[in-house]
Amino acid sequence: MNSLGELERSVMDLLWTGAESLSAYDLQSKLAAHSETGRELAATTILTVLSRLENKHFVVRERDSRPHRYRAVAAREAHMADLMHEVLGGASDRAAVLERFVGQVSSEEAETLRRILNSH
Amino acid sequence: MVVAAAVLGFISILLAWPVPALLPGARWAYRRPTLGLLVWQIVALVGGISMISSLVLLGAATFATDLPDAATGMWRFVTHNELPVGSSVWSLLALSGALFLTAHLLLNLLVTVVYAERERARHAQLITLLSEPMADRPGTRLIDTRAPVAYCLPGALKSITVLTAGLIEILDEDELLAVIEHERAHVRLRHDIVLILFTAWKVSLPWLPTARNASREVALLLEMHADDNALNSVDRGSLARAITIVSEGGALPQRDELSAALPEPTPQDLRARLLRLA
Repeated sequence: MNSLGELERSVMDLLWTGAESLSAYDLQSKLAAHSETGRELAATTILTVLSRLENKHFVVRERDSRPHRYRAVAAREAHMADLMHEVLGGASDRAAVLERFVGQVSSEEAETLRRILNSH
Repeated sequence: MVVAAAVLGFISILLAWPVPALLPGARWAYRRPTLGLLVWQIVALVGGISMISSLVLLGAATFATDLPDAATGMWRFVTHNELPVGSSVWSLLALSGALFLTAHLLLNLLVTVVYAERERARHAQLITLLSEPMADRPGTRLIDTRAPVAYCLPGALKSITVLTAGLIEILDEDELLAVIEHERAHVRLRHDIVLILFTAWKVSLPWLPTARNASREVALLLEMHADDNALNSVDRGSLARAITIVSEGGALPQRDELSAALPEPTPQDLRARLLRLA
């Protein structure tokens, strides 16, 4: 994954942890404080990242303040829940599939299964 | 031509219903998943082609005696708007049926591919924001969550292997290697392409129960194919334990109860994957 992606992640982490909304300049100084070198990124870079994140509906811009302030659309946990839901397949779908496939195992099969699971 | 149309029609019915109904669970396919996957792809491809060409031949048989004749007749209809002698509403019905079916299958494939690609890109974006790259494993990212999950997200240039903290916590080194090798095999062998073809088939013909069976069975064979590839790097016991632990997903039995707890009601897919490792 590219460095732009990593920068997006750092920005989102800051927006997710802080309770209040942040301006691009707040983010600029916070990112510099968190980075190893302590160097500030160009404000335009941060604004680019923010507009990318806005387009992808991860952040919203509060337009009534000057300079504009940004906040996360949803909590980190909500996105994480979405992600896990996607990976594990629709929960109901998954349950239905399992239910359909639940079969009885013969004692012989059970013995084989035990043997495989205990082998090294 | 009527005979040829009837033969092709018969083949397409065989491949649409009895064959896909008999194939799932075949022992030879589980022993050699590559062969099983090949057979499924042939069944789907030949089934589709024979269905379409039997309709074409049936329609053409009303006004032509051989294929060049039929092609000329259809060409003149398109270019000169001339109905071939002997053609009727039946020829039109059969031929437009073939046209409709072709367009339907191709469009569904296109829609499925576009949709899947959009989902993949969105998912990759979420992964970027929610996971950290692992310093000691290149191309691998770690998500800090309890659910024991591992998967590989194919990408145009570079694929990403995603592991969760919950998985690393519960698997030992060999089991973890088994999971990673299994997931990487999916990407290396381009299983996503096979899966998308069968998904498109299922989406195109939802009323055909065998199309649904097919995509589920193909998914299982792809798992077995990836299992076989993982066995190049790890022993069978580690792979079997890893499969069991990952399949359990969220609701996880205690590690030491694993082998005792398993043989209760076991999902059939899981059972099939484990038994072939014996």
